[in-house]
Order: sequence, then C-alpha cells, then structure tokens
Amino acid sequence: MSLISAEGVSIRYGAKTVLSNVSLAIAPGEIVTIVGPNGSGKTSLLRALIGATAPSKGRVRHQPGLRVGYVPQSLHIDPTLPMPVGRFLRLPGGISRAEARAALERAGVQGLEDQQMSALSGGQFQRVLLARALANRPQVLLLDEATRGLDQPGSAAFYRRIEELRRETGCAVLMISHELHVVMAASDRVICLNGHVCCEGTPDVVSSAPEYRALFGTGTGGALALYRHEHTHRHDHDHDHDHAHDHSEAAE
Amino acid sequence: MLDDFMVRATLAGIGVALAAAPLGSFVVWRRMAYFGDATAHAAILGVALALSLQISIFAGATAVALLMAVTVTRLSGRGYAMDTLLGVLAHSALAFGLVAVSFLSGIRIDLMAYLFGDILSVSKADLAVIWGGASLVAGLIAWRWSALLTTTLNDDLAHASGIDPKREQMVLTLALAVTVAVAIKVVGVLLIAAMLIVPAAAARPLSRTPEAMALIAALIGSVSAVAGLSGAYMLDTPAGPSIVCVAAIVFALTSLLSPALARR
Repeated sequence: MSLISAEGVSIRYGAKTVLSNVSLAIAPGEIVTIVGPNGSGKTSLLRALIGATAPSKGRVRHQPGLRVGYVPQSLHIDPTLPMPVGRFLRLPGGISRAEARAALERAGVQGLEDQQMSALSGGQFQRVLLARALANRPQVLLLDEATRGLDQPGSAAFYRRIEELRRETGCAVLMISHELHVVMAASDRVICLNGHVCCEGTPDVVSSAPEYRALFGTGTGGALALYRHEHTHRHDHDHDHDHAHDHSEAAE
Repeated sequence: MLDDFMVRATLAGIGVALAAAPLGSFVVWRRMAYFGDATAHAAILGVALALSLQISIFAGATAVALLMAVTVTRLSGRGYAMDTLLGVLAHSALAFGLVAVSFLSGIRIDLMAYLFGDILSVSKADLAVIWGGASLVAGLIAWRWSALLTTTLNDDLAHASGIDPKREQMVLTLALAVTVAVAIKVVGVLLIAAMLIVPAAAARPLSRTPEAMALIAALIGSVSAVAGLSGAYMLDTPAGPSIVCVAAIVFALTSLLSPALARR
C-alpha cells in the first residue's frame, strides 16, 4: 500500500485553477521528484499532501498513523522570537533531547542545539529544517525546494545526504526541485508537473519525453547526460546523444 | 487583607500581568500588536452596550472584543493591508463606542474609568472576575503552548504536524478577548495593548527560549504593576498609566542593555 497518495486532486484559488486532476502515490522507500516551471502548482500539490490546502476536487490519502517529515520552502522566524535549535527540533512535542541530538547528527549538523535559529548560516538553517523533519522518524519526507539559497556544492551535498538517509532509514522522499540535473539523477521516479501531470517515469524516460522537452528544452537533458558519466549504472543511452553538447541551460 | 484597596489593586494588576505576559509574547511574535489594539478599542463599545442592556460589563466587553477579533481575522487577506484594516477598525470601534456611550442618558458613566482604568476601585467581585479570566487565559495558552508556537513559526509546519493553524488562531483570539475584558478595570481600553506588548518586548533581550520570554514578561509585568501602583500612591498620579510607565522604563533599560546581552 502507498504511504501517501493523491487521487484526482484539483486545486483552485478563487477562479484560478492551479492543479487539475493530479494523481500520484508514494511507495515506501522511493525517492520521487516533482519538477515543473514556476507556477506549475508544485508547492500547492505538496501543501495539499500535508493537508494545508483542501483540494477542490479529488482526495489525499495518508496511510493510517503516517509520520510525515516536512521541509518548507522557506521559513521566516521573527527576530522577536528567541528559538534555540534544540527547542525548535522538539516542537510541537514528543521528541526527547537525545532524539533531537540524533536528528541533528543525521542531518549533518551535530552540536548546534544551543545556537539560536537566527544565528545559523543559510546552509545550517536548511539542515536544521531537515533535522526537524527527521526527528520524529518519518516514513515519508516531503521537501519543497529544500536547497533554496544554497550554492551548488552545498545543494549537491544536501541531496547526497537525502539519498544516504533513505538508505539508512528507508523513508520515502517526495521533493520539489529546480536543480534538475542533480535531482533527476538521484530520483527513482520523476513527475513533471505543469498544472497537470505532463509525464512521469524514471529520470531517463521523463528527460526524453516530448512534454518535458517542451517545458525545459533539451539543455537539461544534456546536463543529465553529463551527470550520468559519473553514475553509469543506469544505462539507457540511445536517446540523448544528440544534445549532450548543449549544457548552457542546465542549471534551471 | 482584601479589605485594603491597595492590596486589591495590586492583586488585580498582578492578575492581569500574568495573563498578559504569555499572550503578549504571542502578540509580539506574530506581529499582532495592532490586532490587540483594535480588539481593546472595540471593548468600549461593549461597555456601552453592557450598560444599556444592563448586563455585566465583563460579558459585554468580552463579546464585542471577540466579535471584533473574529471580524479582523475574517477580513484579513481581502485586499487591504493588515495595518490599514486594523487602523480603520480600531479607531472606528473606539469612535462608535464613545458615541454609543453618549447616548446612555440616565446612567452616570465615568468614561475616564473605562478609557484609562480605575484600578483603585477594584472590588472583591472584580478581583474574582480578573483572576478567573486571567487563569482561563493562562491555562488556555499553557495547554496549547507547543501547538501555538509551531503555528507561530509556520502554518505549513503546523499542518504537517497535524495542527490546525486556524484553530490555534482562534485560541489566541479568544484569549485576547478575555484579557481585554478583564484588563479594562485595571489599565482601561487605551492602555491594554501596552500591558500585552511592553513587558514581552522588555523581556526579549533577556530571553533565550520562548518559555523564558513569557516567564520574564510575567515577572516584568508584575513588578510594573506593584511599582506603578506604589508610585501612583506616593506621587498621586493616575494608577493605570503609572503601571505602563514603569513597564516602559524597564523596556528602555533592557533595550539599552541588549547589545551587551547579545554578546554573552
């Protein structure tokens, strides 16, 4: 049974339909990435999955008792609110100090408990958000552009950490990302969204799909090919020889 | 002991300070200062209604304050900036309240007592209402503390943890209405927002955790109540404003100290 699923979900804000008839299901242990241009409804979909937005049509199902770890796109903490990292991790409760310490370690930022959230660097802050999401030992981790504001080595390290965590804890991961080249190589499955599901499948299938090409051009496909030189275990070469030389649009 | 008006006044001031401290911390964290103002100003309309309907002032003030708070919550995000909306509602409510009071013929009403409080005339019954309301507010906030904090950080984080941010907002709204109603007697509708915000703001530089900030705010509020009252007694100044003056002086001191504290 899937951990979390959307069945025919449509979301409307006023007269504007941002998502129509989206269905997806996340199985235990898999890493699924949602890609799509700005305004394609990625964040709305994620918010619907955590119950923050009610779908106007369709429904979201959670496995009973599902533990969700959520890393928001951004988090502004008002400077008037004193908030040490350790306290932040233990909100809203049910997490011991030892578990909070372990979560920081798993996220790769051990020993920050007594720091104020406001004193953290951008990279530390994102990892503390990840640590909080990990603290209740989630079965599924939802990340909304969790590497926002990190430089390229920083975000690459962040995604490597996610992959390791999946191996260590077996939690499923559903993430939104703009960094197609990094993310697609690390994903089991990619869902390309543009108000609806354009195409989905393994990174190879999606990156060669005409719908995906129409949205992102062929540049990203080139970057994917580039990345694949390092990860040769997923060979399926015959469709993207023609654009391996075109890296110019790779980053976005 | 309760027969001494100064003792009753001191207890009333401390009661309000204890409820206002944790609530005021949330008002500061969530940038609801104007929201507190609007709710408090609306209470004068509640007082006028209560007097004309001959119901308890506490009930009238709570009801109208709650109505105002709910109205503001509903109207927010409908095209006006929040500060504009609250500016309109706060001052309109005060104006309508003052006009409504003027219609009350036959009842002698000391408007100043409701605008600036009349803490020296607190009766034993008032004291029971104040401490009852204050306990209700403090209990409500203590019970919802973690959920309220999570919601204050981010609505989506709250949702992901199974917390409904709208419900938590309602808890704060209710607490605010009750606090306003019990504080009218002590500091009056014009200075209630000060009792909420000033002690919490003064506590900020001294605090490293949210819990510490609420507790230190309660301490500062209580000290302000006691010192303000004795100052008013000795210098023959108005009691409610004197309490707020002491809190403001503490705020000035901790603000001046805050660069030094930040280096700790």
